[in-house]
Amino acid sequence: MDSKRPNRRGFLKGGAALAGLAAGGARVAKGQIQGTPAKKIDELIAYGERSRFVTSVRMPVAERHSPDEFGLTFHVLTPLQDSVGIITPSSLFYTATHRGAFVPDINPREHRFMIHGMVDRPLEFTMDELKRLPYVSRMHFIECLGNRARPTHKTVQETHGLTSCAEWTGVPLSLLLKEAGVQNSASWIVAEGAEEVKGASSIPLAKAMDDCIVCYAQNGEPLRPQQGFPLRLMVPGFEGIYQIKYLRRIKVVDRYYMTYDDYGHINPDPKVAALTHQIGPKSVITFPSGGHQLSGPGFYEVSGLAWSGAGAIRGVEISFDGGTSWKQADLRTPAYPMAHTRFGYHWNWDGKECTLLSRCTDELGTVQPTRADIAKYWNQPLDKVRIQGADNAAQPWRVASDGSVHNGLS
Amino acid sequence: MGFRKLCLVTAVLGICQTAWTQSPTYGLGKSPSAEEIRAWDIAISPTGKELPAGQGTAKEGAALYARKGCAGCHGATGSGGHAPTLISRKGVQSAPATPSMPSMPCLAPCVNDANTMGVHSPFATTIWDYINRGMPLGKEGTLTPNEVYALTAFLLYKNDVIKEDEVMDAQSLPKVKMPNRDGFALPPEWKHGEPRLQGYP
Repeated sequence: MDSKRPNRRGFLKGGAALAGLAAGGARVAKGQIQGTPAKKIDELIAYGERSRFVTSVRMPVAERHSPDEFGLTFHVLTPLQDSVGIITPSSLFYTATHRGAFVPDINPREHRFMIHGMVDRPLEFTMDELKRLPYVSRMHFIECLGNRARPTHKTVQETHGLTSCAEWTGVPLSLLLKEAGVQNSASWIVAEGAEEVKGASSIPLAKAMDDCIVCYAQNGEPLRPQQGFPLRLMVPGFEGIYQIKYLRRIKVVDRYYMTYDDYGHINPDPKVAALTHQIGPKSVITFPSGGHQLSGPGFYEVSGLAWSGAGAIRGVEISFDGGTSWKQADLRTPAYPMAHTRFGYHWNWDGKECTLLSRCTDELGTVQPTRADIAKYWNQPLDKVRIQGADNAAQPWRVASDGSVHNGLS
Repeated sequence: MGFRKLCLVTAVLGICQTAWTQSPTYGLGKSPSAEEIRAWDIAISPTGKELPAGQGTAKEGAALYARKGCAGCHGATGSGGHAPTLISRKGVQSAPATPSMPSMPCLAPCVNDANTMGVHSPFATTIWDYINRGMPLGKEGTLTPNEVYALTAFLLYKNDVIKEDEVMDAQSLPKVKMPNRDGFALPPEWKHGEPRLQGYP
């Protein structure tokens, strides 16, 4: 038997008599046979891993598989249906790439970060130099503009899995820009990565000077390669494509540069243009959600996430009748600006079919719209409404009388 | 300092921007040389000011399109391949379904017949920029400036934007009048603590 990867099924069939023979050993505690760890105990002491009974995983978006036929990774969804609290484990954080990508293998000792363009003093930093500078650690979500619920989606992983939240640590971009000395006529920055396609986005200078972070750590450890190791830009509340991974360059400029990534977003309608970049107030119930099975009438804790690109979440309401009436939910975590916020509600299910929705209100007082609200705004029939820009519509989940839970859009 | 603080506050309000020019506080980082900056300075402004010397025509680009293997992903005619459509077929609004990239739903930036860069990009500089930084797949950064000018000219010609014999270089490329030059709205000026669109539900 491979000592690192024991054949678990065979082991379990063999039962307790064989347990003592398995590499790594097995312990008998309170009369229960414990499984053999997949790795040697000294490896697990050095670097822990989750229980083999915990199996929640990411999945590629249906539109384009990852890896594709070229071995490229495109967009991969986080399993929100299993989520608790507000921190997405780094290993389950959603990933997205510009056009499908190979994750670059960057040596941090060789990585450089440059600021130039309309500055008095162009500067280039090593990773060690960046880590000597004052830093901040903040909770922020990232959401992809492609995070759009469709009737064909079965689970909240499919409808909403292109959003995740983490603690990010790094140097405030404003500090670095002030070190370089931004010139008065500057109005935008172009941020660019070091990966093979060198993905680049134009970002308003006002945002760059406000709350952006040049991050080297996520959830208490260096960024993972899929999240931009060794350096990424955090642009709080803006859609994912601005959060430049493998960050190597910021050029301070005096206009919108219309990079390829900028170009992919252009729209002739100023209203639609305004509905991209900054994410609107949005929430979703993660339990019960599509694919869950309620075991019968009785008590359940409804749980979900709310977030806004404009600031902190002030409140969340839940409807149990498809949006006719709304009840105030409780916030179960601190409401950090531009971060996922967990909400909950004590619910006694009477066993009858019902449709659950959530909607949130952010600190500006902006209320998350339902699809009916959006249809009314664009003067479109509800059954044909096309959601423009980032989709922040309330998500319905239909609980059938047998306890099965389904996408309310289908 | 009081004045600077005042300026910073007013800068956020868009009244003055002078507070952002400051002297260094931490003294870390080195000054990159002009050559080091030039080597990395690959984002091309709509003004074309970063464009290098060199030139190319559509005819040269057609030969390169075949020689560099572009057709393998983008199709022999610039459409119908796995990769984004490069030469727009008139009257076709979306790409055909393929195993790797079905036409719907499309994740941004999504490029098909309706928004092929040669037709849809407001600036020809974006096409040059992207070929230069991102192509060919797996051999990014290997094309010479002349080759990038030629391939850009080829795509502009095949999308009926320029004539076959027009020479593209650092002067002519930014002046190309793209069909969608005025077909986009800039994102509104961003301000801290404002909703993305006033009045949107």
